[in-house]
Amino acid sequence: MKGTPLFHISKRAALPWYQSWGIRLAAIILALAVCALVTTLLTGVSPIGVYVTIIQGSFGTVRKFWVLLQELAILLCVSLAVTPAFKMRFWNIGGEGQVLIGGLATAACMFYLGNRLPGWLLIPVMILASLAAAGIWALIPAIFKAKWNTNETLFTLMMNYVAIQLVSYFCNVWDRKGSGIVGIINPNTQAGWFPVLAGREYLLNVIVVAVLTVALYAYLRYTKHGYELSVVGESERTARYVGIKVERVILRTMLLSGALCGVCGLLLVGGTDHTISTTTAGGRGFTAVMVSWLAKFNPIFMVLTSFLLAFLSRGSSQIAQNFGLNHSFGDILTGIILFFIIGSEFFINYRISFRTGGEKEGGSNA
Amino acid sequence: MEEKQAAVQLRDITKSFGPVKANDKVWLDIYRGEILALLGENGSGKTTLMNMLSGIYFPDEGQIYVDGREVVIRSPKDAFDLGIGMIHQHFKLVDVFSAAENIVLGLPEKGKLDLKAAGKRIREICDTYGFEVDPQQKVYDMSVSQKQQVEIVKVLYRGADILILDEPTAVLTPQETDKLFAVLRNMRDMGKAIVIITHKMHEVEDLSDRVAILRHGQFMGDMLTKDTNAQDMTNMMVGHSVTLNIDRPEPEDPKPRIEVKGLTVRSIDGILKLEDVSFTARSGEILGIAGISGSGQKELLESIAGLQNVEKGSISYIGDDGSREELIGKDPLTIADMGISLSFVPEDRLGMGLVGSMDLTDNMALRSYRRGKGPFLDRSFPRRRAEWVVSELSVSTPGVATPVRRLSGGNVQKVLVGREIASAPKVLLTAYAVRGLDIGASYTIYDMINLQKEKGVAVIYVGEDLDVLLELSDRILVLCGGKVSGIVDGRSTTKREVGMMMTRLGGGKSE
Repeated sequence: MKGTPLFHISKRAALPWYQSWGIRLAAIILALAVCALVTTLLTGVSPIGVYVTIIQGSFGTVRKFWVLLQELAILLCVSLAVTPAFKMRFWNIGGEGQVLIGGLATAACMFYLGNRLPGWLLIPVMILASLAAAGIWALIPAIFKAKWNTNETLFTLMMNYVAIQLVSYFCNVWDRKGSGIVGIINPNTQAGWFPVLAGREYLLNVIVVAVLTVALYAYLRYTKHGYELSVVGESERTARYVGIKVERVILRTMLLSGALCGVCGLLLVGGTDHTISTTTAGGRGFTAVMVSWLAKFNPIFMVLTSFLLAFLSRGSSQIAQNFGLNHSFGDILTGIILFFIIGSEFFINYRISFRTGGEKEGGSNA
Repeated sequence: MEEKQAAVQLRDITKSFGPVKANDKVWLDIYRGEILALLGENGSGKTTLMNMLSGIYFPDEGQIYVDGREVVIRSPKDAFDLGIGMIHQHFKLVDVFSAAENIVLGLPEKGKLDLKAAGKRIREICDTYGFEVDPQQKVYDMSVSQKQQVEIVKVLYRGADILILDEPTAVLTPQETDKLFAVLRNMRDMGKAIVIITHKMHEVEDLSDRVAILRHGQFMGDMLTKDTNAQDMTNMMVGHSVTLNIDRPEPEDPKPRIEVKGLTVRSIDGILKLEDVSFTARSGEILGIAGISGSGQKELLESIAGLQNVEKGSISYIGDDGSREELIGKDPLTIADMGISLSFVPEDRLGMGLVGSMDLTDNMALRSYRRGKGPFLDRSFPRRRAEWVVSELSVSTPGVATPVRRLSGGNVQKVLVGREIASAPKVLLTAYAVRGLDIGASYTIYDMINLQKEKGVAVIYVGEDLDVLLELSDRILVLCGGKVSGIVDGRSTTKREVGMMMTRLGGGKSE
């Protein structure tokens, strides 16, 4: 028929899990093909070589594998932290700042109390200080949201910059040489440094985050608090209708969200870096938003999504190193892959019907 | 009917939403100079079919002919070009614009906007068909019925001669409905083709020349209205015979349960929503609340349920032993903690009463999740309750783990009402409990409400269909602009009397 539209888009009913994961898998394969094409065209390097390098970036040596695990654990930790807020539809984009404040509190404890308190007391004080500081940092936008319904996205976003400036200020205060960079704190006494388990520098972080993952999954899924925050997220009016104190739930959940970010700052400063700078969080507060969304706020799936992102980022660095390319080239590849993964969600939720001769399912990617 | 060319012919129209066939090979003819009532239960595909004609959806299969010529309708603009206009249930008007501005909005006219000329044409249209639209009046100043008239004039202004109205009377008082019907008859007599989507039987009989019936997306047939009757049409619509009677058992030993005195409520913007409202609801009795939508019904129920800030007045709960408890200033949780079992079926089912994305069990848990000590949620109790509701009210669902959003409107309401009565309430508040439900589901809900009444529950039933209110209620409280216009006996009053009281305090003339 003349004038018939070529195709139209309609919403799908829920797909069985194997089909939706099939679409996602197809998207990744397609993304890798496009990456290969781009690589060959732009650099002349063989795409196979690039892929091998990406894999080597994470699995090439035992050391690299541990770095991957560390990256994964830290990214997962921030992602877990923002998830309860997201589940409540409170768009906490302030993970970056909350991690920094947690790290700053840790560093402050190490700096001022490091050589005054005994080790058995210092570490609990650091834990308490970092959790409290980051929790309170997250509580500020929550109070404004609960009392005056301010926009939490902007508020938490702007708090990031305040946090960065605060860290920058303390770096200058603590720096004895005037360069604005805090060196390793307590290099000789190692006061406030977390113990190294089984000779593996990152093992402690991995264990802590693994425990947090399971705990958060249980919290969201099986507790009254978790239930309340999902009701508030789905519909505030329903929450009020059954007598849930919405304001209290918002405050409580953001306190938790912030405190978990504090854990991340604590692990970074006390566990691995033993110093602090404005880049301690390294943009993970923002990457975490994507990790959490891609996993549909499910902590167990987040292990997969944060693995994917950590893996890609390690691979990118490796490419840059091996082929003498700019680090941006790795970012281009990561971008292409993410584009396809996020794009595949469209094909999971919608289908495209072509009009010419019966129905045809839309392919996995166009 | 004599041989004449149909204005619109639909042939084998099929439209699916996921696995659901909303329309399955539907045939339908629409003629000029005729009012066609498109009748069917909820979910039978009436609105979907008409949305395809007006360019909102695109059919998966089938053909549309206008005046014998095959056409493709891709967008509402295509539909307008063919002279097809639809008036939707929810008005699409800009509040801060005047009637004329709304009517010309989006018209691709050249040169500068000439509101005067537009006003003149609007007046001509009004005079021709009998509308009362003031082109200069702002939409925010208009009543619901005036807004509806603006919507119709908007469509006529664009030159439509095939008009589709989606449940136009749902928001009107009986008097406004009569006016609308007069206008529609005028338009028919001047040769327009009119389709009205409805599921109210008496309107079909009143207004239409021909009736077409859909059931589960399939076309069941059409016939001249004068050759059929309400019972036959209902049977065709539902697929089996239904008794169209609502029981009204005599109240047994009614005792005051809720006493409201001088209740005054203001909205957040300071607008007076309820003024000096006083009444008593008794146990074992259904107190119907009638009124034009937005007359304070919502605020009244929410005040009793502890969800509304009250400016003045008192609401007392009177226990079996005559003890009195003040409810004002208490939230739902406190009221429940006082041992007062008060159930509330709100108007907005999926936005307030239930959580659409959660399954039946978790929705039951809304009322019970606080049970038990410890931080963990007990899901076995709500699951048993969900299973009870499903079997007791024959909810059609794949299981208790299905998100309620996936259920049909009737089943969603059964889940909500089921949860609210499962806790053996003393007071049951319901707001528009059958809105959007089909006949079968509506009667199930009426039966459930009557059963509660027989158990001695004080029922407050806010309704919009006066026929039902008059059949179901023992007493009817009529609200008009936030005030009590009167309380009448449900057995002796008439529709006309209640209708008058809805529009004027005390019913106007004789007071």
